[in-house]
Amino acid sequence: MIESSIPEGGELATLSPVVSLSGVSVAYGSNVVLTDVTLDFFAGRITALLGANGAGKSTLIKALSGANPRYSGDIAVDGTVLHLSSPVLAKAHGISTVHQKVADGIVPGLSIAENVVLDDLASASRHPLRNAKQSLLDARAALATLGLDWPDSLLAQDAARLSISDAQLLVLARALRGTPRLLILDEPTSALTAAEAERLFAVLRALRDTGLSIVYVSHRFGEIEALADRVVVLRDGLVQHSSERPFAWHEILHDMLGRATELEQTRVDVRRGQNVVARVSGVPLLPAAPPLDLEVRAGEVLGILGLIGAGKTELAELLAGLARPASGTLELDGEPYTPKRPSDALRRGVVLVPEDRQRQALLPGWSVAHNISIPFLKISSALGTLRSARETSRAQKVIDSLGVVTAGPNASIDDLSGGNQQKVVVGRWLSAGPRLALLDEPFRGVDISARREIGDRLKDLVAAGDAAAVVLSSDVDEILEVADRVIVLVAGAIELDAYADETDRASIVGAFLGARTRDHSAVPPEGHPK
Amino acid sequence: MTSATLPPKTASFAERGAAFVVRWGFIGVTVALIAFFVITEPNFRTVDNVFGMLKFIAPTAIAGLGVMLAITVGGIDLSVGASAGFAVSIAAWTMVIGNQVGAVAIGVVLLGGLLIGGLNAFLIVVARIPDLLATLATSFVIVGLKLLIVDGKSISSQMSLADGSTAPGKFTADYLWLDRGSLGPVPVPVIIFVVITALLWFILERTRWGRALYAVGANAEAARLAGIRVQLYRTIAYMGCGLLASIAGLLLGARIGQGDVSAGNSLLLDAVAVALVGVSVLGIGRPNAWGTALGAILIAVMVTGFTMVGLPYYAQDFGKGIVLLIALLFSFTFSRRRTVVTAGSTTSS
Repeated sequence: MIESSIPEGGELATLSPVVSLSGVSVAYGSNVVLTDVTLDFFAGRITALLGANGAGKSTLIKALSGANPRYSGDIAVDGTVLHLSSPVLAKAHGISTVHQKVADGIVPGLSIAENVVLDDLASASRHPLRNAKQSLLDARAALATLGLDWPDSLLAQDAARLSISDAQLLVLARALRGTPRLLILDEPTSALTAAEAERLFAVLRALRDTGLSIVYVSHRFGEIEALADRVVVLRDGLVQHSSERPFAWHEILHDMLGRATELEQTRVDVRRGQNVVARVSGVPLLPAAPPLDLEVRAGEVLGILGLIGAGKTELAELLAGLARPASGTLELDGEPYTPKRPSDALRRGVVLVPEDRQRQALLPGWSVAHNISIPFLKISSALGTLRSARETSRAQKVIDSLGVVTAGPNASIDDLSGGNQQKVVVGRWLSAGPRLALLDEPFRGVDISARREIGDRLKDLVAAGDAAAVVLSSDVDEILEVADRVIVLVAGAIELDAYADETDRASIVGAFLGARTRDHSAVPPEGHPK
Repeated sequence: MTSATLPPKTASFAERGAAFVVRWGFIGVTVALIAFFVITEPNFRTVDNVFGMLKFIAPTAIAGLGVMLAITVGGIDLSVGASAGFAVSIAAWTMVIGNQVGAVAIGVVLLGGLLIGGLNAFLIVVARIPDLLATLATSFVIVGLKLLIVDGKSISSQMSLADGSTAPGKFTADYLWLDRGSLGPVPVPVIIFVVITALLWFILERTRWGRALYAVGANAEAARLAGIRVQLYRTIAYMGCGLLASIAGLLLGARIGQGDVSAGNSLLLDAVAVALVGVSVLGIGRPNAWGTALGAILIAVMVTGFTMVGLPYYAQDFGKGIVLLIALLFSFTFSRRRTVVTAGSTTSS
């Protein structure tokens, strides 16, 4: 049991939790994404839920909100174990959720009032004729719980015209109808400006004081510091951390970013690259970020550590020809580098293993060999005619060098496990013999042996001294395992740049923390809409 | 490092049975139908009838191969019927009103087909209108443009014009040869049909350009990241489709022998149907040239056979519809493979 706290929230808080989870697990096929989570949520308290990508936050929220009924273990509301089989049922039992994408919660074409009372419109017991007057009355009452006094003329307008922050308040008002016991907010400030976020926090504090239990999911430590009573950290589907105020941020970050509490070890085989392969000069990665300068050197694996919104993917996309710099310049091998599309980058020897394997890399239903050969159709053919021997031999090399578990080059990619699919994707790009290999979250959903295998091949790639690899990740242990040089990226700015044997996990985590605590208010540095 | 091997998958009897049906079902049905008509209808088994059937279905098959190209890049083209009809009228207009020889008419029509394909590609690739809607709109525009050009009339040799004079030109022999000519016993339309099928099969299955087209249809984002010029290949596919639809129209016009304004009206559904049947043939699960040709042949056998046994012509659509439905069931419902028809942005797996 992780939860051992006794709430101190005054007379409103009771000793029995509003919602309690015990031994909740979720598996997709053989892939366990949430393991034995036991947590209590008390009235009048705000619990911040933290975790890197793929830590299991959304899985937990889905189970709690009834969106994924296929969980095991018990979820109890007021001490009664229920099976939350649908969002409607969860809401009927007082669990209300505001999802991250506000726009998904707004039905354009319906009035603001009707959007507030949307659940009623869908209800079977509702009179089938639309009753604008009743909707208006109900909507006004719902908005009043947030202290909002929108005039009727506004309520009658199309909800599509609301600003994003007002839309956020609308979906919040809707979630609060029927007086929920537990309110789940998934990154509610991700689209809000600082002032709008501040307005939301005031509302949330007022709601907490009425005895509502709130689960607040966010990546923004400043917000959590300003708002939360408790912090729960998920990592790899497990509850890694749970603590009350005052928060030990160093420890929280450590638990959030690290994979295992392995002994600190100084890497002995750290290579130092010589020649600069790629140079980024004065390029802002994010709209509000300062211009970034960065050198990638041949002969080393550069690990770039950053959370969502740090600018990692943006950096990879710039170098791979998927996006163009807003300002500043890129250089490759000392020459100007202005790739207009991925094929330009490929021609210059820059390859990208993209973040989302299924969406951006795999060709479903195709064989392993054909998945591997797709960027190399020209080399694999003579006079335009494909030579399957060339495709097969390239595929066999990839299979052998990365130890891909498959029936062979002709097996369907669909029959491979996620880790082996990832090996195929990485192998595809490394088989190009790149000058610069960019790997965006290459180890997500990949088991430890596949991770090691991929890491070893990256080291092989740079060992000769004329190629560079850049691994972008949100996991400090992944980075420490594979990288010769570590860069910590926060909100598009470099907070640390050091060789692996000159730094350690504590300093790396500290670099994160330094950047975060410098901005200790509720106003997050990256809290501006894109 | 050696590669590990997986134990062979053991499929249940039911699974293997289903796979067998998916793989061979269509060919089985075609062969059974042919056998039935061969046994019951003496006229069916003549060489003339075989070539007659192939000749009859050639325009449909060629337009179907065009639709297949659009499906290959994850789209659809609903303007093939209109394009073919446009070709019929424009060829007639060029020869009869413009007093040109057939070769010129053919050149004009092929150019027109490429332009129509280019327009579709522009609307879909650059203007980002969904393929289904864009090609539906262009088919209206094409039909309307055709009617404006020919004053809403069917054009025939020596027709009288509005000013009372007689049209200067006529359907020339070189154009009519497209339908009436033959090499040995093989009619020209059948040769064109077979050559185009073989060519497209070769391009799609054996060349890197074909592989790239398939990659665009399978996962456009992955293809783009692999350096494939996705928009270029989609443009090529739609232009190819326009070209094939205009070839279908040329054959149709030569068969009719006049610029019938209603020609091509019924072509669209048949062309889309044979392309979709082609996806399911052999359980390949993706558009392919042989499958499309086979789908066309199946329809030709059905139509010819039904006519011979005395079923009314209006029973044909019912039969075609059932065949298409079964093909779709094979592709989407019973097949374990992912079907990569993404026409109209509906994806199935």
